Amino acid sequence: MKEIWIVIIAMGIGTFGLRFLFLGLVGDREMPPWVLRHLRYTAVAILPALVTPLVVWPQATNGAIDPPRLMAALVTLALGLRYGNVLLAIGGGAVTLYGALYLLG
Amino acid sequence: MTSYFDRSYYLKGIRDGLPFIFVVAPFGLLFGVVATEAGLSIFETMSFTVLVIAGAAQFTALQLMAENAPTVIVIISALAVNLRMAMYSASLTPHIGGLPFWHRVIAAYFLVDQNYALSSVKYEQEPDMTLPQKFSYMMGAITPVAPNWYLATFVGALIGKTIPPGLALDFAVPICFLAMIGPMLRTGAHVAAALVAVTLSLVFAFLPYNLGLMVAGIAGMITGAQVELWTERRRAS
Repeated sequence: MKEIWIVIIAMGIGTFGLRFLFLGLVGDREMPPWVLRHLRYTAVAILPALVTPLVVWPQATNGAIDPPRLMAALVTLALGLRYGNVLLAIGGGAVTLYGALYLLG
Repeated sequence: MTSYFDRSYYLKGIRDGLPFIFVVAPFGLLFGVVATEAGLSIFETMSFTVLVIAGAAQFTALQLMAENAPTVIVIISALAVNLRMAMYSASLTPHIGGLPFWHRVIAAYFLVDQNYALSSVKYEQEPDMTLPQKFSYMMGAITPVAPNWYLATFVGALIGKTIPPGLALDFAVPICFLAMIGPMLRTGAHVAAALVAVTLSLVFAFLPYNLGLMVAGIAGMITGAQVELWTERRRAS
């Protein structure tokens, strides 16, 4: 199985390249204000976009909408919004998930 | 390393990164199991995990290899899944771009979803953090994540059994990230960016190579920037 090593090495180099792209090449040079303005919203755009399809179409149910997972997601988000406490939100979401899976599943 | 180590921020990073053990452990176990089932040796599985540290892309590569896709397609598709890492890199550059070269190499190697999410929030909440504090926080946040990712993969590859699905650990990933999104939504611009990104992530979910994420993410960033500009102008007038 030689193909696997080509894949591993190419992905190792490629992934590092993506991660190093700006940190390495731009470094401490000033970026224009309009670029910085967009970059301020990277986390708040990418992370919800990463998570939403996992919530709406969970892999565990082969993509079928799952009420316990939807409820857990909403509770987690709401607790985070209301209290700004990540651990509390995770705990509340987990309790909701297991509670709803037990009651509805 | 010595001058860029701030103990208190390193410990803060560790503390904030701890919940991610619940994400990384099942995901790593699963990768170890799936990789060995696909015929990879333990050495190949571990090399993969240590060199790439990007679960979703590693699964994509395995899946495509199992389908006998051409090697070039395997590599391109799996790297497309990791395009978001370039966005993370850009987003952290204004904060830690001033680090010495080798520190930036280390930060880049360890740049994953989890410590990116934690660091970007922390840097915005505490704009007065020094460069050593920022670097130490980011390294602290990866400390519970990366070693456990390696370890879980190794255990998975070794025993070939994963955690039973009844525990619903698949949902640990969404819950951990959702818990962080709430505190990020501090202004109308943040909310608008997130809403647009969420909506478009569902609309463009059909796109191949995970490109829906990039479309949704970039549209969300443009929305946030535009709303910020609009708010500033309204305040000025």
